[in-house]
Amino acid sequence: MTSSNLLSIITFVYGLSAFTYLFAWIFKKPDVARLGTWTAIIGFAGNTAGIILRWIESYRLGIGHAPLSNLYESLVFFAFTLALIYLIIEFRYRNRIIGAFIMPLVFLAMAYASLSPNISDRIQPLIPALKSNWLIAHVIACFVGYAAFAVAFGLSIMYLVKQTEAVETGGGWLDLLPKKQALDELNHQMIMFGFIFLTAGIITGAVWANSAWGRYWGWDPKETWSLITWFVYATLLHARLMRGWYGKRIAYLSIIGFAAVIFTYFGVNYLPGLHSYGSV
Amino acid sequence: MPASSTSAGPLHGLYKWFSSVTLTIILFSVLAATSIIGTLIPQNQTPEVYFRAYGEFFYKVFSALKIFDMYHSWWFQMLLVFLALNIVICSIDRLPGAWKIVFNIRSRFKSSRFKNKSGNIEFLSEQPLREMQSTAEALVSKTYGHTQVTPTKKGVMIFGEKWRWSRLGVYIVHSSVVLLLIGAVIGSLFGFDGFVQIPEGETVDMIRLRSTGKIHKLPFKIRCDDFNVSFYKNGSPKEFRSDLVILENDQEVIKKRIIVNDPLRYAGINIFQASYGEIDHDHAAHEAIPAPEEILLSLMIQDTGMTYQQKTRIGKPFDLPEGMGKFVLTEFKAEASFMGQAIGEALLGILTPGEGQPVEVTLPLRFANFDKMRKGNVFISVLEPNARAKMPVPTQDKRYYTGLEVTRDPGVWVVYTGFILMLIGCFVTFFMSHQQVFIEITTKGKKSHVVVAGTAYRNKMAMQRRVRQLSEKLGAEPEHQE
Ligand code: HEM
Repeated sequence: MTSSNLLSIITFVYGLSAFTYLFAWIFKKPDVARLGTWTAIIGFAGNTAGIILRWIESYRLGIGHAPLSNLYESLVFFAFTLALIYLIIEFRYRNRIIGAFIMPLVFLAMAYASLSPNISDRIQPLIPALKSNWLIAHVIACFVGYAAFAVAFGLSIMYLVKQTEAVETGGGWLDLLPKKQALDELNHQMIMFGFIFLTAGIITGAVWANSAWGRYWGWDPKETWSLITWFVYATLLHARLMRGWYGKRIAYLSIIGFAAVIFTYFGVNYLPGLHSYGSV
Repeated sequence: MPASSTSAGPLHGLYKWFSSVTLTIILFSVLAATSIIGTLIPQNQTPEVYFRAYGEFFYKVFSALKIFDMYHSWWFQMLLVFLALNIVICSIDRLPGAWKIVFNIRSRFKSSRFKNKSGNIEFLSEQPLREMQSTAEALVSKTYGHTQVTPTKKGVMIFGEKWRWSRLGVYIVHSSVVLLLIGAVIGSLFGFDGFVQIPEGETVDMIRLRSTGKIHKLPFKIRCDDFNVSFYKNGSPKEFRSDLVILENDQEVIKKRIIVNDPLRYAGINIFQASYGEIDHDHAAHEAIPAPEEILLSLMIQDTGMTYQQKTRIGKPFDLPEGMGKFVLTEFKAEASFMGQAIGEALLGILTPGEGQPVEVTLPLRFANFDKMRKGNVFISVLEPNARAKMPVPTQDKRYYTGLEVTRDPGVWVVYTGFILMLIGCFVTFFMSHQQVFIEITTKGKKSHVVVAGTAYRNKMAMQRRVRQLSEKLGAEPEHQE
C-alpha cells in the first residue's frame, strides 16, 4: 500500500470519528464518544504511519526529503498535529465532547488533501529553494501553530454555543460541554501556544528567506498575511489585559484569527500577481 | 508655568495615551487592516501596469496615498514608529512596578492573600502536626524554589514560590520588538539590496539596486567562472550553481561554489544565487540562423531631450547617438520576467556606456515606457514591435549568465537578536508563570487541619489543578471524576 492510499483510508477513519463525536453530543450519549476516541486514536496512528511511509517512499524514489514540501504534505501534517493536540486535551481534561468540535476539522483537512482535484499527492523532488533545514523548521513551527489555533477556533465555537445556555432554559445538550470558564481558559492557553509557534514560524521563515535570497523580509503577500495573522492574535493577547475582554469577545477574536490563518494558507494563492510557493 | 501636582497637562495626556494598551490594540488593528491593502494591490509594479489596471483616476489617488509601495510609505512607517513609542513608553510606565514586585523580597509572602479563597482546599488529616509539616515542606520545596516556614499560634504556615522573575518576560518580548524595528532601520540606512547578471567567464563590480534602479559600485569584483543548472527526471530544476571568484585589486581573494540557500559572504556583502538565463553573444552562432527582420528602436537622450530612431536586428551592435556608447539587442523572449514579474514579450539588450559597466536593458513590447524606470542616460523603446515571427532559433552552444542577488545588511544581527529574545520572552511569559502555594497546618487534638491554596499570575485553572494534586498528596480525598 502506498502512503497516499493509506492516508485516503485514514480520511474516512477520521470522518467516522468526527461523526461519532457529533452523534454522541447531539443525541446526548456520552458513552458513544468512547468509540470516537478509539477511532481518533486509530486515525492518528494511521496518519503517523502514512507520514513515515511517505518519507521512506521518497528515499526509494531517490529524491529523499521530509514529507513537508507541498500543500498535500503540509495538510497531512496539519491533521496529524491537530489530532495529536486534541487527544492530549481529551486525556487531560477528560471531556470527550470537545471532539465534536475538533475532529471535524481534522477530517476536513485530510479530506481536502486527499480528495481535492487541485492538490497533487505525488511525491515530488525538491526545487533548489526548498532545500533547507530552516524550511523544515519553518513548516513544522507554522503548522503546529495553525493546529493550536484550529483547536482554539473549535473551543471558541463551543464557547459561543454554550453562551446560548442562559437563553435556552433546561440546557440539555449544552450540559455536556465544559464550563464556560474552562473553555475560555483553554482557549487562551491554546492561543498562547499557537502564538509562540506562529512567532517561531515567522522567524524561521525569515531566516530561511535570508539564507536563500538575502533578505529576511520582503512584504510578499504570504509573509504579509502571516504578519496580519500575528497581529490579530497579538491583539487578542493584549485585549485580554483590558477589563471586560473575556469570554465572548475573545472567542470572536479567536475566530477572526483562525480566518486569517485560513487565508494565509489558502487565500493568498488567489491574490493578484504574485510568485508561487518557493519559486526562485 | 504653574506646576500642577496632578499633572493633567496635555503632555501628560499624551504620555498616558502612549502608555495605554488601548492604543496598542488600535495600532495592531490598523496595521493588520492596512497591510491587507498591499496584498490586494500588487506592489512596486511599473506605472504602466497600474495605469492599465486601475484607470487614470484611481491611479492618481493610489499614487498620492503611496499605495503602490505602501510598506515603505511615510504613513505605514509612522504606524510602526507609533508602535515602538507605545512599547517604550508603556515599559517606562510599568517596569518600575514590575521590578519592585520581583526584587522586593520582604513583601514576598502574605497569608492574607490566600485565606478564604474559593479554590482553597481544606481537610482533616490523621497525621499529627509535626509529621504533616515535614511531608508538606518536602513536597513544597521539591517544586518551588523558594520556601518559607512561618510558625503560627496553633501551627505552621508553609509558603512556596517559583518563577517570580518571569514577570519580566514581557519586557523581553517588548524590547525584542524594538530591536527588530531598530535592526530594520539600520538595514535600510546602511545596507543595500541589488542584483546583477554575470555571463560565464566575465567579471563585474557594479550591481543594480532594487529600490531605486540605480547602479551601485561594489568594493570588489565578482567573476563567474562557471554556471550550471541540473534537472530532475521530471524536468524541474534540481540545482543552480555558480563558481564565483572575488577579486580585490585583481587578486583572487576568495573562491566559492554557491547554490541556492548557500551564499557567498565577503566583506559584509552577501552574494546569493537568484536566477539564471541563456545568452548569445557569439556572433558566429548567429550567422547560422536566419537573420531576424529589422527592429525599429527609439532612443531618447536624457540630457539633451533629443530623440533618434535606429534600425537594428538582434545580435547587431550599433553606436548610440551623441557618443553615449554602444547598444546591442541580445535576445527576444516570448515570456520575459522582470524582478519576478511576468512582463510578456520582451527584447533584451546590453547597453555599454562610454564609461562604466555594461547594463542589461529589458524592453517589453507591451510597455513602451518601461525603460524610463531605469533612469539611465538613454531611454530606449521599441517602435516596431512585430518581432514575434523574427525570434531567432536557439543556438546549439548555450551560454549562461548567472543572476545574483547582492545584499548588505548590517542590521541583520540586531534583528536576529530580536528574534531570539522574542522567542525566549514569549516562552518565559507564557509557560513560566509566577506561582505561589500556601499550606496552613493547625493542630486539631491529635489530628491536624490543613488548608492548601495557591495563586498564579497566568493560567489560574492549571494552578487550581496543582493545588488539588498537592492536597491529594497530603492526604485529601481525591476529587470525583465526572
Ligand atoms: C508587536 C508588538 C508587541 C508584542 C509582540 C507584544 C507581546 C506581548 C505578549 C506576548 C504579552 C504577554 C501576553 C499574555 O500574558 O498573555 C504581552 C503583554 C503585555 N503587553 Fe505587549 N506586545 C506588543 C506591544 C505592546 C505595546 C505597544 C504595549 C503598550 C501598551 C504592550 C503592553 C503590554 C502589557 C501591559 C502587557 C501585560 C504585561 C503583564 O502581563 O504584566 N504591548 N505583550
